Amino acid sequence: MGVLMRRNAIVILMCVELMLNAVNLLLVAFSTLYGDSDAQIFVFFIMVVAAAEVSIGLAIIVLMYRKVQSVDINILNRLKN
Amino acid sequence: MGGMLGIVAAAILGVVMMFVGLISQKSSVIRIAGVACFLILVGVTAFDFSAIHEQGTQLYFNNMLSVGIKASWFNVLISACAFIYILIFNNHITKVGKNDAEYFALMLFIMVGVFMLSTYNHLLILFIGIEILSIPQYILAGSDKENIKSNEASLKYFLMGAFSTGILLMGITLIYGSVGSFEIGNIATAFQGEVTALPMIGVILLIIAFGFKVSAAPMHWWTADVYDGTPTAITPFMATIVKVAAFIGFINLFHGAFGNIHYSWKLTIAILICVTLFIGNITAVFQQSVKRMLAYSSIAQAGFMLFAVFALNDTAEKSIIYYGVSYTLASIGVFAVLIKLKDYTYEGFNGLGKSHPLYAITATVCLLSLAGIPVTSGFFAKYFVLTAAMEQGLWLGIIVFAVLMAAISIYYYFRVIRAMYFTSSTEEITIESNPMEQILLVINAVLVVLLGLFPQFILG
Repeated sequence: MGVLMRRNAIVILMCVELMLNAVNLLLVAFSTLYGDSDAQIFVFFIMVVAAAEVSIGLAIIVLMYRKVQSVDINILNRLKN
Repeated sequence: MGGMLGIVAAAILGVVMMFVGLISQKSSVIRIAGVACFLILVGVTAFDFSAIHEQGTQLYFNNMLSVGIKASWFNVLISACAFIYILIFNNHITKVGKNDAEYFALMLFIMVGVFMLSTYNHLLILFIGIEILSIPQYILAGSDKENIKSNEASLKYFLMGAFSTGILLMGITLIYGSVGSFEIGNIATAFQGEVTALPMIGVILLIIAFGFKVSAAPMHWWTADVYDGTPTAITPFMATIVKVAAFIGFINLFHGAFGNIHYSWKLTIAILICVTLFIGNITAVFQQSVKRMLAYSSIAQAGFMLFAVFALNDTAEKSIIYYGVSYTLASIGVFAVLIKLKDYTYEGFNGLGKSHPLYAITATVCLLSLAGIPVTSGFFAKYFVLTAAMEQGLWLGIIVFAVLMAAISIYYYFRVIRAMYFTSSTEEITIESNPMEQILLVINAVLVVLLGLFPQFILG
């Protein structure tokens, strides 16, 4: 929900991370349910990829901040015109 | 051995490309290295294909990757398309920003993701493939750092992509929760007959996540802004090769893993097709900029490609490859002419037919192919995906609807052709043309026609 409601790019990024953490927890829970370690390995992969994604994302947000001095995504509407 | 050499080669060549950027700053050296890397990639995938042709399907990494004959044929074709793209656009890619070599390197890394999506047999590889496909694209979209539009496109694409990743993972997790395995084969055997709500939600979430990646309406709103803001040299790569690869991943998952529960998701896909075709085509009619029109037309084309997901049969899997290649070549042809113009509106094309007949002719052939006029490959591409849906024998209504929508699409494609030939321009269009590029454009246009005349080359 946070992704859809918030207007601040960094907060949206944090909300996406929350989604991924929820998935991680669920995977670990299912993994104990089935007694299968596949899902726990999956969690490691999700963590790594999430870290990569965040580093790219923060770089893009910094780039944007340098241009417009703001991280408000309402500015993105400018592209439509 | 053989089969996954394509993945290895693409990853190594990507690293090599980054070193080339370190050694030489000259854009001419980097361009030659980039073209060479993609040429090597085509060679390696062709070698893979011949190996698979002899040995049959190969499994790697504990059944995580399964390289079949179709997947490796797709790899050959998609790397050939990428090679053509690099040949035509390498000059323009180096003009986008300062880090020339990195753009080629990122594209090679994207190719790793493409090959993973066509060969995965495990949901973990699907997830990693989609991420390898997407993350370099966020950077490429923002590669023109000085341009605020490019930055915005990058940020928007990133936020949408990260959100859809979350949804994809949730879908994968729910599927795992109801099956207890990530392997495609195990999922297919577990899903038979009636399924409970848990995997159903998982399937719907996966449809939404893939809908984002292939820009199917109603998850399409980022597409026009992102394609518009991205540097024009990069847009064709994102709109064609990456999109087609996402479709292959989509089909592999839904035909391989969820084929037995087709009844449960076909309605969702059918609605997606109708909404995508309608929104894509109708919005494209009202665009003033040709680049935005092409973005919406790519949404409309995605609607047609969704037919291949909808129809669960052999024809569908062949036709998506054919559609992908024909759409890629045609789009590259149009973008190659568009990038030459300063003015991206329809007026920018005025009088191009008189001043630069060669560019106008190649663009016309490609536009005709996109519109699906007979003789060009676009016609057969549409014909095959619709045939696949017909063979399914269900819901003829949406096929009729698709044909109607294709008729609407002719309007906006022909608007460009009309601007080129029947409207004269007040200003002189100046295009710096070099013979090499003209030859490539002609070859591209000839390929579009030849594939239309001999579709068996790809289908057989």
